[in-house]
Amino acid sequence: MSATQQDVRFVQGNEACVRGALYAGLRFFAGYPITPSTEIAEHLAENLPKVGGTFVQMEDEIASMCAVCGASLAGSKSMTATSGPGFSLKQEAIGYAAMAEIPCVVVDVQRAGPSTGLATKVAQADVNQARWGTHGEHSIVTLTASTVQDMFAVTVEAFNIAEAYRTPVILLFDEVMGHMRERLVIPPAGELPVTERLRTAVKPGVNYHPYLPREDGRLPMSDYGDIHRYHVTGLYHDIWGFPTEQPEQVNKLVHHLVDKIEGRVHELARWKEFYLEDAENVLISYGSAARSARHLVETRRQKGHRVGLLELQTIWPFPKDLVREKTANAKNVFVVEMNMGQVMAQVKQAVDNPDHVYLVNRVDGTLVTPTDIGNVMRVIEGKGV
Amino acid sequence: MERYRFLLSGSGGQGVITMAILLAETAALEENLTAVQSQSYGPEARGGATRSDVIISDSEIFFPKVLQPNILVALTEEASSKYLPLIRPGGLCLYDCDLVKPNPRVDAEQIGIPMYKNVLAKLGKAVAFNICVLGALTTLTGIVKLSSLEKVVERRFAKAHFASNQEALRLGEELAQPYMAQV
Repeated sequence: MSATQQDVRFVQGNEACVRGALYAGLRFFAGYPITPSTEIAEHLAENLPKVGGTFVQMEDEIASMCAVCGASLAGSKSMTATSGPGFSLKQEAIGYAAMAEIPCVVVDVQRAGPSTGLATKVAQADVNQARWGTHGEHSIVTLTASTVQDMFAVTVEAFNIAEAYRTPVILLFDEVMGHMRERLVIPPAGELPVTERLRTAVKPGVNYHPYLPREDGRLPMSDYGDIHRYHVTGLYHDIWGFPTEQPEQVNKLVHHLVDKIEGRVHELARWKEFYLEDAENVLISYGSAARSARHLVETRRQKGHRVGLLELQTIWPFPKDLVREKTANAKNVFVVEMNMGQVMAQVKQAVDNPDHVYLVNRVDGTLVTPTDIGNVMRVIEGKGV
Repeated sequence: MERYRFLLSGSGGQGVITMAILLAETAALEENLTAVQSQSYGPEARGGATRSDVIISDSEIFFPKVLQPNILVALTEEASSKYLPLIRPGGLCLYDCDLVKPNPRVDAEQIGIPMYKNVLAKLGKAVAFNICVLGALTTLTGIVKLSSLEKVVERRFAKAHFASNQEALRLGEELAQPYMAQV
């Protein structure tokens, strides 16, 4: 392909995620394939070795997540991909990554649950699991997307955020987005920023403190097994990475783990907005449901209705201020999602008038339709269905 | 341009999803149109009802599913009885007359062509059946050029299969020609 020729493909969302990961510098993937995420493993099995990376199909989900932790510590940008049932099984090691501050990306292409649920059907019910699936006080970053092109872009972002803040980042996609095909334009290398991890300047033979922050709060890493010996644990730890039960150190670490994410809500917020300026009815949505919401907004705008859409690409940390600001002049807020109101609960907490926040959902394994949204809006507006 | 909403349906293993991908990719990459392809299937690898939706337009497409197709392809009786009632009144239904019976009560231009039989007779194997259907579908709808489709077919599959795929496309075109006046 010549330099001037654009790299344009017609691909599934899952492949766009793979292309984004490779663009961001992914070099290690361990996973246990599961519908509807399987194509991510398939494409990486084919493409990772071509760039000198490693693909491992592991014996199960938790082992995959543990391998991702190890590979990332050893210096490779690392990722795993799964769906709800596998996401449950990975949670212990996601907590380990949060505690030990290991940069990594976990893709959850959501299907209907709980348990094995509906293997091939869509849902968006892992929103709270992404935030609280692993136990203990921590914070986490979760991103979504509603187009194949955006799946590429947020995957690159996910790696950048993981590396910059040493945190697991969850990519919360869904069956419709994972399997849907659209045009994807892969930008030339260098067009989208790619963040490389901060590595320590401490020389070999000199003590390296893995958890001693620099003045700016960042923790430079040293490739595990390379020139420095250090300890990594899921226990509360000191600057050396050794276990500690000192209340002062424990308290400090809890605050650090939470604050490094919650203190950057503004910086981490990614969103798209359509016709919000004069909107009386504001829809809030994400992932494939946001496509239905956008469809409704475009058709209603043609009829002169004052309706707009706020599409959240960052779900965690929840961009409370953004939601409050964007809905400040709205009469009604409709949260469109395929669960029983997981993001709606956050929206209700964010806005000044929670009584005017309504859920438009669908939990039967099919994509919520523009008509579903229109019907709820008509009822609320007193027009009947 | 009119928005084309295709619902392609059949049984797992017939190549329904491949057909949908080829059609949508041709529109998106060769004809500079907007296309979205999505699919719905059960947990089985073969057998079971398969359906794939393709929307082709010259403007942005948001809702990616087809609720009411204006063009339906039905390759099994099961698929036909399930999806024919969904068709937009006056829409087009392409089916294989050896595999599916028409339903005169449904308001649609129903075109039955013996594609499977012809593919077996002319190519000696059934594998290019879906490509033949695509040839017929493209001819009847004119949504993409057959030559553009041929380019995508050539790119997507191993060289060894190109000649038979090309033949299957032409066969589909040839079989559909007599019905052009009906669409």
